[in-house]
Amino acid sequence: MSTAVMGKKKRMPFGEVCFQVITGFIFLLAALVCIFPFYYMLVMSISDNYLVSIGQIFLIPKGIHFKNYVEAFKMGGFIEAFWVTLGRTVIGTALTAITSAWMGYSFAKPEFWGRKFWFKFLMVTMYFSAGLIPGYLNMKMLGLLDTFLIYIIGFVSAYNTLLAKTFIESLPASLEESAMLDGAGYLTIFFRIILPLSMPIVATLCVFTAVGHWSSYMDTVLYIKDPNLYTLQFVLYNYINQSQKLASLMQDGAVISEDALKNVVSAQSLRVTVTMIITLPVLFVYPFFQKYFVKGIMIGAIKG
Amino acid sequence: MNKKKIPLYKQKGFHLFLMNLPFLILVFILSYLPLRGWINAFYNYKPGIPLSQSTFTGLKYFTMMFSDRLAVKEIGRVMANTLGINIISYFFSPLAMIFAMFLTEIKSKWYKKFVQTATTLPHFISWVTVYAIAFALFSVNDGLINYLLLQFGWVEEPINFLVETKGLWLKMILWGVWKGTGWSAILYFAAISGIDQEMYEAAMIDGAGRFRMMLHITLPHLIPTFFVLLILSIGNFLNTGMEQYMLFSNPMTADKLEVLDLYVYNQGLIKVQYSYTTAVGMLKSIVGIVLLFGANQLSKMIRGYGIM
Repeated sequence: MSTAVMGKKKRMPFGEVCFQVITGFIFLLAALVCIFPFYYMLVMSISDNYLVSIGQIFLIPKGIHFKNYVEAFKMGGFIEAFWVTLGRTVIGTALTAITSAWMGYSFAKPEFWGRKFWFKFLMVTMYFSAGLIPGYLNMKMLGLLDTFLIYIIGFVSAYNTLLAKTFIESLPASLEESAMLDGAGYLTIFFRIILPLSMPIVATLCVFTAVGHWSSYMDTVLYIKDPNLYTLQFVLYNYINQSQKLASLMQDGAVISEDALKNVVSAQSLRVTVTMIITLPVLFVYPFFQKYFVKGIMIGAIKG
Repeated sequence: MNKKKIPLYKQKGFHLFLMNLPFLILVFILSYLPLRGWINAFYNYKPGIPLSQSTFTGLKYFTMMFSDRLAVKEIGRVMANTLGINIISYFFSPLAMIFAMFLTEIKSKWYKKFVQTATTLPHFISWVTVYAIAFALFSVNDGLINYLLLQFGWVEEPINFLVETKGLWLKMILWGVWKGTGWSAILYFAAISGIDQEMYEAAMIDGAGRFRMMLHITLPHLIPTFFVLLILSIGNFLNTGMEQYMLFSNPMTADKLEVLDLYVYNQGLIKVQYSYTTAVGMLKSIVGIVLLFGANQLSKMIRGYGIM
């Protein structure tokens, strides 16, 4: 916003116009590069599968239908993975949001016993990890391998607590003081005063955390063997690779059964449909929350 | 302070601590407890056999990385991958800053918002989705790019983007740039909005043009943020994450994409070489901390401040 404010009433000099047009165009390209893949896949997912497979679909959907979406839900393992992922997103996010806000509030109070020590205790975990194998063995020892619990057990987040703490510290102290004079305890103050006022940062945390859960793939790879506990991303990845293997077999001239052939032809359509199902929630939710977390980061950046 | 000694259990601050204790214990169990696994690096650890019955191997697994010919070759390749990718990505690191700087120059508020919303979108999707997109666009059989290239007659045969090893690191980095630039730019937007407007007005009066103002006012204000991120990234020099490289690995590309984190995973969990990979992971963590402190000290010397 440096030079953008000036010269509003005067006519823009030609050099300025050039600059705005060129820069604007470059940014348009950047924006399109970011959006186009999603648009393309959306168009593919609702267009006639045959047309898609012969490469006729580009910008405009043709032969619009929604059968692919129905098929996707019927795919083996999809529904289970859907519930697993949805479950962990909702539960995990709720847990992280509440604890981060609570711990952020607690750490903001100077009388917290051993505050500096415990805060460092928490923050160190952001920078330092015991390693992949020790982590795995630890989970094994705790009996958490192949359980749903492992997806949500790590709900205490140092980063989110830090964000919450920074935000809560910026709230005026007078709000709490009157409540404390009336004899309110920590929990009461937290739920009645702090939490409602911290909604911007809590919303931000929720978005980050929810997206993290929804996108998760690695923890399935590392800790889960039970197919009923696969996450959506994991299912998608397997599906992409499977259909790719089949397709390259075909290319090499192998003889494929008629069923498999049919599967390959519509595999591409199904692939992008599954991708769309996974991505659409994010695409919808995200613009609404964008203003919250842009603000959240700005607060964090200025303070931190 | 208080002359009267209030017993600990009566202090409000202690109550607050107790109300957080369950979570602190959880953090301990999940983040600190695994450290006991480090002892495995000194033994010939096999799962199921308690350490007391395993052979003590001392520093064997550590020195193995430097003495055993096969290990040296492997580690060499893996380190080349890791360092190569990280070093090349440093060239792209100012991009977010430049992006933010130029975007603020755009006059139209709604257009700025549109670009910002669009470019932060890739940050929120998973790497698996990125892989799916890469597949839809670049696959040799049915990818869009190959289709267009053939249509316009620019190539005779489809290019197998996903399998070729030429420029592979660059491709990985570009995906990272696509995914992260818009998001990182937000931080710089925050920094820019904190710059005192009067400086620009004064410069304007002195006859400074836009580029001059960007160079002499905006940029110096952003350098500190850039530096902090740079220091943090040096501490992360051996980290690359695993997900992206694991996803894009196939029999052709695996060798060039096996970064340190992925190597530890492959050797450790797939080939069950617990002791060896624990040793590698330990070294990695220690080197990371040393790098972080080192970079911090360097920054303090050069610029007078660090992050710790």
